[in-house]
Amino acid sequence: MDRAWIPEGVQRCGAGAFFSWMALWLFVLGAAVSTALLILWKGLNQTNMNDYFGFGAWITVDLGVIALGAGAFFSGFLTYVVRVKELKALINFAVIIGFICYSSALLILTLDIGQPLRGWFGYWFPNIHSMLTEVIFCITLYFTVLTIEYVPLILENRKIYANPVAHTLSHNFHEAMAIFAAIGTFLSFFHQGSLGGMYGVMYARPFAFREGFFVWPWTFFLFIFSAISTGPTFTVLVTMILQKVTKKRLVPRESLSVLAKIAGWLLCGYVIAKTVDTYYWATHILPARGLTFAEQYHGYQYGMWLPFVEIGLCGVIPALILIIRRLRENDKWLALACVLASTGVVLNRFIFTVQTLAMPVYPFDKWYTYFPSWQEWMTSLAVIAYGALIISLSYRYLPVFPYERDLNPPAR
Amino acid sequence: MSEHHEVASKEKYGMVIDLDKCTGCGTCTVACLSENNHYVREDESDKLHSVTWMKVYKVTNGAPFPNTKVAFIPRPCMHCDHHTPCVSVCPVMATDYNPLTGIVSQIYTRCIGCRYCVGACPYHARYFNWWDPVWPEGMHKLLNPDMSPRMRGVVEKCSFCNHRQQKAKDKAYVEGRKELKDGEYVTACAEACPTGAITFGNMKDPESAVAKLIKSPGAFRLLEKLGTEPKVYYLSSESWIRELADNALGRKRTGGLA
Ligand code: SF4
Ligand code: SF4
Repeated sequence: MDRAWIPEGVQRCGAGAFFSWMALWLFVLGAAVSTALLILWKGLNQTNMNDYFGFGAWITVDLGVIALGAGAFFSGFLTYVVRVKELKALINFAVIIGFICYSSALLILTLDIGQPLRGWFGYWFPNIHSMLTEVIFCITLYFTVLTIEYVPLILENRKIYANPVAHTLSHNFHEAMAIFAAIGTFLSFFHQGSLGGMYGVMYARPFAFREGFFVWPWTFFLFIFSAISTGPTFTVLVTMILQKVTKKRLVPRESLSVLAKIAGWLLCGYVIAKTVDTYYWATHILPARGLTFAEQYHGYQYGMWLPFVEIGLCGVIPALILIIRRLRENDKWLALACVLASTGVVLNRFIFTVQTLAMPVYPFDKWYTYFPSWQEWMTSLAVIAYGALIISLSYRYLPVFPYERDLNPPAR
Repeated sequence: MSEHHEVASKEKYGMVIDLDKCTGCGTCTVACLSENNHYVREDESDKLHSVTWMKVYKVTNGAPFPNTKVAFIPRPCMHCDHHTPCVSVCPVMATDYNPLTGIVSQIYTRCIGCRYCVGACPYHARYFNWWDPVWPEGMHKLLNPDMSPRMRGVVEKCSFCNHRQQKAKDKAYVEGRKELKDGEYVTACAEACPTGAITFGNMKDPESAVAKLIKSPGAFRLLEKLGTEPKVYYLSSESWIRELADNALGRKRTGGLA
């Protein structure tokens, strides 16, 4: 019944199957939205955060999806500025993933502040010394850029495109895309960096603090580095999942390989930088504050296994898989590498968000533990449901993958 | 990192707490609660959700009986002087360092409740209002009219009873004076402490009691190595307490908190 809206020459599942699938995710999203309303009504006492854990699951999710969404600006940069032609097949989808990640981050941030109605104060009374101010400005602007990048794709829907205004608009947007990609790259570099900077400047929290390069702490650069090396792996991963679900090849394998290879080399660089950073932190920053490396880890939840899993299992191993051609060209290995790399960056953000606060600062204090409440889990789950809905709608009705038709010729 | 711009000012307020005198009675906490219009929840057992601007830590030397020693460390906001951790991070300038007095204050109606300052403050001196304040029937008559109550969703902390400074200044103005005398402006906790363990005043006035006390041989500050330069000093003749005040490389954490 929705045939007329589906791009020409491609195969889509029946309306019944599609709407049942959508109903499932709408149900999850509905439940999550009800939880969000409960939180807006009753306040942040619905979470398990407290005066030790001012940051919890939501900030981890925020930082995580923003890092994973880096695939959008970085692929845009590679496609339009560096002109890596293989990525043309992937760029639309990368933009959609970025759009999902950033819009969810903004929504969760609104929920995560104690006074959501005052959210606009960030623009009105900005403290230019605060990294969070920079984050607020850059994320908002970059989200606008992503929307501008997404709109022409929506306008290309078969029905909408028939309208002459939409047609002209879409054309003009396309012409200007390189400029938006460049602006987006610039903005993203800064907010990825300032998100890292948020932790690195907390000089009275030795777990997160990193001395500065001029006004920037090292975490500023480490966050950019980790985002541009793992964001693309997430784009590859979601593309592979979509191919699996739709049982179709949507982008040429070469496109995935090229992006994965670039991510792999960047990840190698990041792993080295992170190792050097960790070494310097353990041997210089901590001792200057009377602390040892061992004191930064505790028990099971905050154990010494964390840096090994983060840097080794989720850093070195995927980096190797991605740079070794034979492994990268194998779908199973590629998927494994992408899962590990994406997990690694989320783990890194969790460590900075939660462990930084769990670590006792007073010599006479103790470690505290934090586990999110069901309300926090539910609203975090909303990101997945929301993502599934946007991706499903975009895939069904928009010409997201320019090579889909060639890669899936109609059966004779 | 830049320090606050030093301005020509004759005032910088600070506090000295003599731990040898402190008995841990908690009067300072109660005085603070009542002076600053704190509400008390029906169940205050979860201390990670309690608002206690003046919190008293109980610490021990970790030695087994009969050598166990106990001390109490009252902890207000330190009014950090160097690149104040909470002030520099606040995205909306809801918390402020006053270069004329050194007091770190909080604008409740400006705070968006992002809690970045809570993360940045190493002294755990900042408290988020997880609930709307509720006072028992009739108790509103006892509220201090000089202090605004705080709404749900904002962060608050010890202000060195800033409103008392305003009052003292108003009085001095009426009497035709520009400067405050030592002891004219003191915090509620300093006023209430039954053992006189807390002294408060202008550290820039060489004749003030605080200015003299901070020069005592046993004076120290909490977590000095972090470089926040607290304006709250402690005094103790016990070396184990002084050692417990800051991190020392490789020292076994004794679990000092009792
Ligand atoms: S003790 Fe905490 S709240 Fe007080 S000035 Fe220092 S950082 Fe800010
Ligand atoms: S919680 Fe309030 S005072 Fe603290 S950083 Fe956020 S806006 Fe500023």
